[in-house]
Amino acid sequence: MRNDERLRGGTRAGFAALRGEFLLAGVILLLVAFLGAKTDGFLSWSNLFDLLNSYAFVGIMAAGLLTVLISGGIDISFTATATVAQYVVASILVRYGESMGAPFGWIVIFGAAAFTGLLLGAVNGLLVHSLRVSAMIVTIATLNVFYGILIFVTRGKWLYDFPKWFADGVNVWSFTQGGATYSLSLAICALIAVLAFTAFLLNRTTLGRKIYAMGGNPEAATRMGFNLLGLRLFVFCYMGFLAAVGAVVQAQVMQTVAPNSIVGRELEVLAAVVLGGASLSGGGGTLLGTMLGVALIAILQNGLTLLGVSSYWHQIVIGCVILSSVSATAWNARNGAGRGVGIDVPD
Amino acid sequence: MPCVIELTGIRKSFGGVHALKGVDFSISPGEVHCLVGENGSGKSTLIKIMSGVYAPDAGEIRIDGKPCARLTPHESIAAGVQVIYQDLSLFPNLSVAENIGIRQYMEKGRRLVDWRRLRKSADDAMRRIGVSLDPDRPVRELSIADRQLVAICRAIAEDARLVIMDEPTASLTRTEVDALLSVVRDLQRRDLAILFVSHRLDEVMEIARRVTVLRDGEQAGVYDARELDDARLAFLMTGKQFTWGINRTSCEGNAPLLEVRNLSKKRNYADISFTLRRGEILGVTGLLGSGRTELALSLFGCSAPDSGEIRVEGTAVRLESNRDAIRAGIGYLPEDRLTLGLVLDQSAGDNVVLSIVDSLVGRGGLIDGRRCDATVREWIESLNIKVSDPVVPVRTLSGGNQQKVVLAKWLATNPKILILDSPTVGVDIAAKHGIFEIVKALAAKGIGIILISDEVPEVLCNAHRVLLMRRGRIVGEYRPDGISQKELAVKINAE
Repeated sequence: MRNDERLRGGTRAGFAALRGEFLLAGVILLLVAFLGAKTDGFLSWSNLFDLLNSYAFVGIMAAGLLTVLISGGIDISFTATATVAQYVVASILVRYGESMGAPFGWIVIFGAAAFTGLLLGAVNGLLVHSLRVSAMIVTIATLNVFYGILIFVTRGKWLYDFPKWFADGVNVWSFTQGGATYSLSLAICALIAVLAFTAFLLNRTTLGRKIYAMGGNPEAATRMGFNLLGLRLFVFCYMGFLAAVGAVVQAQVMQTVAPNSIVGRELEVLAAVVLGGASLSGGGGTLLGTMLGVALIAILQNGLTLLGVSSYWHQIVIGCVILSSVSATAWNARNGAGRGVGIDVPD
Repeated sequence: MPCVIELTGIRKSFGGVHALKGVDFSISPGEVHCLVGENGSGKSTLIKIMSGVYAPDAGEIRIDGKPCARLTPHESIAAGVQVIYQDLSLFPNLSVAENIGIRQYMEKGRRLVDWRRLRKSADDAMRRIGVSLDPDRPVRELSIADRQLVAICRAIAEDARLVIMDEPTASLTRTEVDALLSVVRDLQRRDLAILFVSHRLDEVMEIARRVTVLRDGEQAGVYDARELDDARLAFLMTGKQFTWGINRTSCEGNAPLLEVRNLSKKRNYADISFTLRRGEILGVTGLLGSGRTELALSLFGCSAPDSGEIRVEGTAVRLESNRDAIRAGIGYLPEDRLTLGLVLDQSAGDNVVLSIVDSLVGRGGLIDGRRCDATVREWIESLNIKVSDPVVPVRTLSGGNQQKVVLAKWLATNPKILILDSPTVGVDIAAKHGIFEIVKALAAKGIGIILISDEVPEVLCNAHRVLLMRRGRIVGEYRPDGISQKELAVKINAE
C-alpha cells in the first residue's frame, strides 16, 4: 500500500517536472499540423532531412550550452570557438586533404577541431573561475578576442574546394522513398551521438549530477567538497568541444567556411535552450526540453520560409515566441507559488 | 562510555583577534547538548574546529577518547561529525533522495550513479527517523520543516554520530518544532549525540541535558538545562543584568492614531478591528500563518484589503501602495530585513537616508552631501549604532546593528505609526534590549507602534496591549498584567 502511494507520488512528481516539455511538444505539434495543412513541402521526407541536416549543428551546440547553463554559468563565445575550429579544419583540408583520404582524414580533422575547442573552452573556464566575474561578461570578451584574432590571421578569407571524401561525407542507413534516396548523414549521426552522450553524462554519471548540484547551490557544493574548478573547467571544455564538433558538421553541410556563418547565431542557440526550459540562474534544464526548443525554432524558421514570409519577419516572430514563452513560464511560476500561500480563514 | 568528541583548552585567534580563549567542550553518545552565546562569542569558530575546517592554535581534540593531532574535514566526517548549517546546504533542484544520498558522488573512483543504491540509502535514512517524504520530489517544493528533515536524513545516511544543528528552530512554527523534537528524541535513543547551537533560549532546550555558554570566546560555564531561565541565560551570555518588567501603563486616554474597522481580505484575514493610540505599543501575536504579516502588509499598502476601513488620525485613507502608506506617516520594518529591509551591499549611511533621499536634494538638483552626512551621523548617534565608519556595507554589521539601521531609515521619514514585524529575529539579547529601549522611547514621544512577534516574553514586556491572531482573525485581547507568559503561549499554540 505504502509502496503504491510512493510510486504514484513519484510519477506525479515526474509528470510535473515534465510539464514544460509537454507544453512545448504541444505547441510544436500544432505548428506542424498548421504548416502541413498550409504548405505543400513541409510534411515531406526531403524537408525533414533538410531540416535535420541544417539544424544539426545548432542542436549539438545547444547540448553544450545546456550543460554550461545547468552548472550555473553561461557561454556566449562558443560561436567564435566554432569558427576558429572551422578555420583550423578547413586549412588542414585545403593543404593536406587530398593526400589523407577518408578514414584517416576524418580522425585528423575531428581531432584538430576537438583540440581547438577544448583549448578555447579551458581558457573560458579558467577565466570564469579565477576572475569570479559574471561568465556572461567573460565570454562576451573572449568571443571578441577569439574572433578578432581569427579575422586578423585569416583576413576573413572564405575557404572552399575541399577534397571529395569531405564533400561526400558519411551516409549510413540509406532508403529510397518516392524516387529519392535518403540516408543518415554525418550531421545527423553526429547529432544523435552527441545527444546520447550528453543524456548519459547528465543523468547517469556522478560528474553530471555534480554539475546539476553545483548549479543548484554552489555554496553547498563547496561545503560538500566538490572540486568547483574542475567542474567549471569541464563544462566550458565540453561546450568548446561540442562547438568544434558542430563546426565540422556545419562546414561539411555547407562545403564552405566563412567567418560570419556561425558567429552571430549564439543568441539563437541560447534562445532555443531557454525556450526548452533551462534556467539562466543554474541548476535547471533537460536535454529533451532543449531539443524541443531547437526543434521549435527550426520549424518556425523553415515554416516561415515555406509560407513565403520575408526573412525580416522571421526574427520578429521568433522574438515574440520567446517573449510569450518566457511570460507563460513566469506566470506559471507565480501562480504555482501563490497557490500554496494563503490562510483558510474560518467563517 | 567515552565521549564522542572532547575538546580541552581550545584556543584560536585570527590575526590578533582571540576568537576562542581556552574552551572545553564534551558530548557523549545519546546526549542532547546546547551551545549558546551571542554573535561573536566564538560559537561558529568552535563548530568549525569540530568539523575540521579550522585547526586550533592550542588545545587537544579527542575522538572516542583517542587524541587526534590534526582533524581534517575528511577525518571529521569519517568520525561521524555532521554539521547542519542554518541554510541547510541542500540542493533545491535535486530530488529528496539525491540530496540525502549525495555523498555517493564523492566516493573515490565512482563514475556512474548507482540510482538503486542511492534510493535505498535515502529510504533507509528516512525509515530510521520515521519520516516519509516523496523521494522523487525536488527539495525546492518542500516546506522549511521538511527540508530540515532532509538535511537530518542526509546526516544519518552519512553515519553521523554527532549532529550539530545551527539555529534549527529559527524559521519553524511551534508544531514543526515539536515534530523536530520528536525526531531528535528518536536519534537520542539510537545513541546519537546532538548539539544545538543558538543565541537564545531555544525551544530545543526543553530536551537538552547540558548547556554550554560561551561569552567573548570564553566558557561562561556548563549548566544543567533545568537550572536556566531567560533572565539567567541572558546574564550568562552578556554578563549584564536586564530587567524584564512588564508594561503596566495604559494609553486609553490618548487620541486614536490608527483605527481599523472590519478589515477583511480573502485568504488572508477577516473582520479585523482595533484602535492604536498615540504613544501606544500594541503587540500582535500569533503563529506563523495566523495572518499577522498579511495584516501588516495591508496596513503598509502592499496588499489592498477587500473591504473595511482604515483611518489615520480620524481621516479615512486608501492605502494602495507603500508610497501612500509612507505619505500617511506609516513605516514598516519587514520580518526579513536582509532581503526586504536593507540594501546589503550599500553603506550603513546610504541605507539610513534611502527613504528620505528626495528631501536631501540641494541646489542644482544634486544630493547635498553635507546635509546627508549630518543626518546619517545624527541617527547613528541617537540609535547608538555600532559601526566603525558609516561607509562600510551593511552586510558586515551584526544583526542587532542591521536592525537599528532599518529602524533609523524609517525614523528619518518622521513616521506617526511604525509597524515592527518580528524585529528581533536573529538579534542578540543585549542588542534586543537596545532595540526595545529605542522603541519605548519612540512611543514616549507619541509614535504609535504595532509590534508583531511570536516571542511571548518580548510582547508581554514591551506592549501596552496584546492582540492574539489565529487563522486570520483576532481571537483575544490581553493586558500584560492580566495574563502570564505561560498562559499566553498556550493560547498562541491552541488550534
